[in-house]
Amino acid sequence: MCLYYSLMPSHSSGGATAKKTFCVQKVREDFPILGTHTRAGKPLCYLDNAATAQKPQAVIDALSYFYANQNANIDRGVYELGAEATELYERARKKIAARLNAASPAEIVFTRGTTESINLVACSLGGSVLKQGDEILITAMEHHANIVPWQQIAARTGAAIKVAPITPAGELDAMAFENLLTERVKIVAFTHMSNVLGTINDAAALTKKIRARCGAKVLVDGAQAIVHGDVDLQALDCDFYAFSGHKIYGPTGVGVLYGKQALLDSLPPYQTGGDMVVKVSFETATFKRSPHRFEAGTPAIAQAVGLATAFDYLDTLDMPAVRAHEADLLAYASAALREIKGLTIHGNAPNKGALIAFTMQGVHPHDIGTILDSENVCVRAGHHCAQPLMGVLGVQSTARASFALYNTRAEIDALVKALHKVNRMFNE
Amino acid sequence: MDELDELYQEIILDHNKRPRGRGELPGATHTAQGDNPLCGDEIRVFVRLEGDKIADVKFIGEGCAISKASASLMTQAVRGKTVAQAKEQIQKIHDMFTGQGCCEHTSFDTDGEIAALGGVKKFPQRVKCATLAWHALDAALDGKPNVSTE
Ligand SMILES: Cc1ncc(COP(=O)(O)O)c(C=O)c1O
Repeated sequence: MCLYYSLMPSHSSGGATAKKTFCVQKVREDFPILGTHTRAGKPLCYLDNAATAQKPQAVIDALSYFYANQNANIDRGVYELGAEATELYERARKKIAARLNAASPAEIVFTRGTTESINLVACSLGGSVLKQGDEILITAMEHHANIVPWQQIAARTGAAIKVAPITPAGELDAMAFENLLTERVKIVAFTHMSNVLGTINDAAALTKKIRARCGAKVLVDGAQAIVHGDVDLQALDCDFYAFSGHKIYGPTGVGVLYGKQALLDSLPPYQTGGDMVVKVSFETATFKRSPHRFEAGTPAIAQAVGLATAFDYLDTLDMPAVRAHEADLLAYASAALREIKGLTIHGNAPNKGALIAFTMQGVHPHDIGTILDSENVCVRAGHHCAQPLMGVLGVQSTARASFALYNTRAEIDALVKALHKVNRMFNE
Repeated sequence: MDELDELYQEIILDHNKRPRGRGELPGATHTAQGDNPLCGDEIRVFVRLEGDKIADVKFIGEGCAISKASASLMTQAVRGKTVAQAKEQIQKIHDMFTGQGCCEHTSFDTDGEIAALGGVKKFPQRVKCATLAWHALDAALDGKPNVSTE
């Protein structure tokens, strides 16, 4: 069923004709929450963007407009409203495919998020190719979402997990990685950008290296990288790419699994039920091709539309200027944090995205988080769903400030001021 | 005092810097591990019972100021007490944070130092930090190997 191929010419990106600009003060007005939650005269200083980003008005409006005017289930109703909802959903898929340069919209599977995307690949691919003696190669800087699904499938199939180490600066140890690439490796899964170290891995180069060494399939966890870099899926050449809508200014409850079409079509379904089948009897069923094969049941329709709207919103901005702004925030914050007594930054890769994990002598990250909150500065404190990496770093947990395109140097000044308060309370 | 100063009272900061009753306890008869999955913090409590009496109690582990101070205060509060008295103290702590029977237990033993934990009530996200050691003590006395504040 390839109905969606023939619908409408590809959705032109918003603001394609208007001149693109980026002014952080103007952009802040697009994010309504930033003007709320002022406490004791202190504005909200939201620096937990790696956990989830705030949403622009355009995305909030898209959700509410969808429910107020366009809501129906997809791929079922013969009535016009149903056809319209279906078209919107498939247009969202096309938008994302075009934005990320997938070869076709059929390569974009809507999931609940990065976690579900990886679970899907672990179960469908891992479950069909892995045997006793095979290996899955991951890295020491993975999020739990890119570890635990592999453990589960390894336990079921008898495969083993190998972990590529990192250097003291927090980069992937390229030599060790290469040495682990043997014929036994059937799947390599690595993050495009670490949610703790900020390290950006050269996913294209790594994929090339893997292809040269063995026939392993390559999954890239793009949960963080999608936010801070310009992803070109065909240039990356990986087999799978996973990300979540909510970190890239879109709604929660929706994410994407990109997969090369031939590969997706060769995989067994992940979940089964309605919408993903061609024909069902009491005894058996046949399944649709990708992407519908992997979208059992009613998907997150409004959220998918909202996610496409988030990309539309980004298309109205001067993205090179956004990247320069994020790089400036990272450099400015790194320099300022290094000046704070007893503070250690974890992750000093030259190619690093806009987040900083840190610890402070004599203060637990939880206490840092609470004291910062008293200044209305929101940071994450904990293991960031990367407990094995915490072990490698030799810490129980860290604090983390992570930046978005709407953050400012003034907010970093507020963070620094609050960190001095931490030292005053605990270390004087 | 603002809420933050009430949370990080002198007593709490002092017990965080110089925790009492910290270390392994050779000859422990009971032990249990408390895990806080939210932050990955772990505290292990050791108890040496002599008959019905807590002859000694200690803890090891890393945690935030609140969980460490609470563990430290706990060892002071229950050392030398009977199991029944310790259980009562655990219940009081529980009640203090769940707001049950709130005003009855304002005065505690050990120079009322435990009352310093009261500041945590204004920080619901930190209550689990304050109760971690007490949960572990409770589990140890019940002969359970571990407990999670999940
Ligand atoms: C690198 C990385 N991978 C995976 C995830 C999981 O994303 P989600 O919780 O949206 O499925 C996250 C987000 O926390 C992440 O930062």
